[in-house]
Amino acid sequence: MTEEADIYELLEEVKDPEIPVLSVVDLGIIRKVEFITPSKLKVTITPTYSGCPAMDTIEREITEILAGKGFDVNVVTSISEAWTTDWISEKGRKNLEEYGIAPPAEATTDKSFITGSSKSVRCPRCKSEQTSLISQFGSTACKALYKCDSCHETFDYFKCI
Amino acid sequence: MTKDEALFEFLIRLGDNGLVLAQRLGEWCGHAHQLESDIALTNVALDNLGQARMALSEAGKVEGKGRTEDDLAFHRTEMEYRNNLLLEQENGDFAQTITRQFLFDVFQYELLMGLKSSSSEFLQSFAVKSLKEVSYHRSLSSDWMVRLGDGTDLSHEKMQDALNLLWQYTGELFEKTEADKVLIEAGLAPDLEKLKGNWENIVEEVLKKATLEIPDTKGFMATGSRRGEHTEFLGYILAEMQYLPRTMPEAKW
Repeated sequence: MTEEADIYELLEEVKDPEIPVLSVVDLGIIRKVEFITPSKLKVTITPTYSGCPAMDTIEREITEILAGKGFDVNVVTSISEAWTTDWISEKGRKNLEEYGIAPPAEATTDKSFITGSSKSVRCPRCKSEQTSLISQFGSTACKALYKCDSCHETFDYFKCI
Repeated sequence: MTKDEALFEFLIRLGDNGLVLAQRLGEWCGHAHQLESDIALTNVALDNLGQARMALSEAGKVEGKGRTEDDLAFHRTEMEYRNNLLLEQENGDFAQTITRQFLFDVFQYELLMGLKSSSSEFLQSFAVKSLKEVSYHRSLSSDWMVRLGDGTDLSHEKMQDALNLLWQYTGELFEKTEADKVLIEAGLAPDLEKLKGNWENIVEEVLKKATLEIPDTKGFMATGSRRGEHTEFLGYILAEMQYLPRTMPEAKW
């Protein structure tokens, strides 16, 4: 019999279309998987940002992958609880860094990230801690733009929310 | 006025503010003075659009007439829009856009803080979600206020001009209607008048750092949006935004 954990494993195949190294499971946006019947599923997802343009694609892919395994799927979006970068898995963080995006540096309970006095962000290329913020807003809603003061490369930082 | 009618009005205000601001900020796409600002403004636009979609969808549900977020966005005239006058004001130069953004961000932050304890489950989660985004918006616009206000003679002059122009639209942010009485009584939304103190404190603190002066409007404040009376600009925004769905109502992509 298929269990919840098996569904999560199947969902590992669904990637964030803007960050293809991150599965929706690693990203922490799959909030709940419920079996209505043994073949009927309800999957609850939550957007990272209110205006995240990837949600429709993600929803479609979840439905396709699970339908391919014979499930009748209903995907619902819920904004409560609000998504936080704390929900990104350890594997997700590692994949992000290898991909060239610095993972969120701290727990969101530490509000210093808003005031700019946040902990140092490590350069994903040369691993230097000597980096500086260029802009709080980057190529997608979830990223900020940093530069490395050691290797002089600019890089994306997955900002804490 | 019933609770649902009051809540509908409130959700429409929230949604329209986000939508109109997103539309204005979107006009900057490809036009800002540097890539970082261009990207920042469009990111802020996207957050506001997302918030507007949530609020308008919920408004449709509360109204119970089967209207969707798209029906509400694309098939209402400016007389039915309830966004604050401040948000429909022209982008002008970067100084004017940032000043408009700053005056609104500080207000929106206070409003969302108040909504965290709303008796509506939707408004509570909407507030918690949106606060994360608005904190970043507020920090962006405050930084620019200080950087340009306390910058060169020219940037200071442009910022002061922008503030002189936009200040008259700030009074209206706190205006209450019949709906507000119902909302406050039902614990759905905070008393707007009570948000004003905090708003003023933060605005004054940032303006002081920015070496900018609050203009003396001699008590004059523009008013109207709560009754659907807008400045001339909103009609043009809606004409552009609504053109396609009005021309081809069945269009899909």
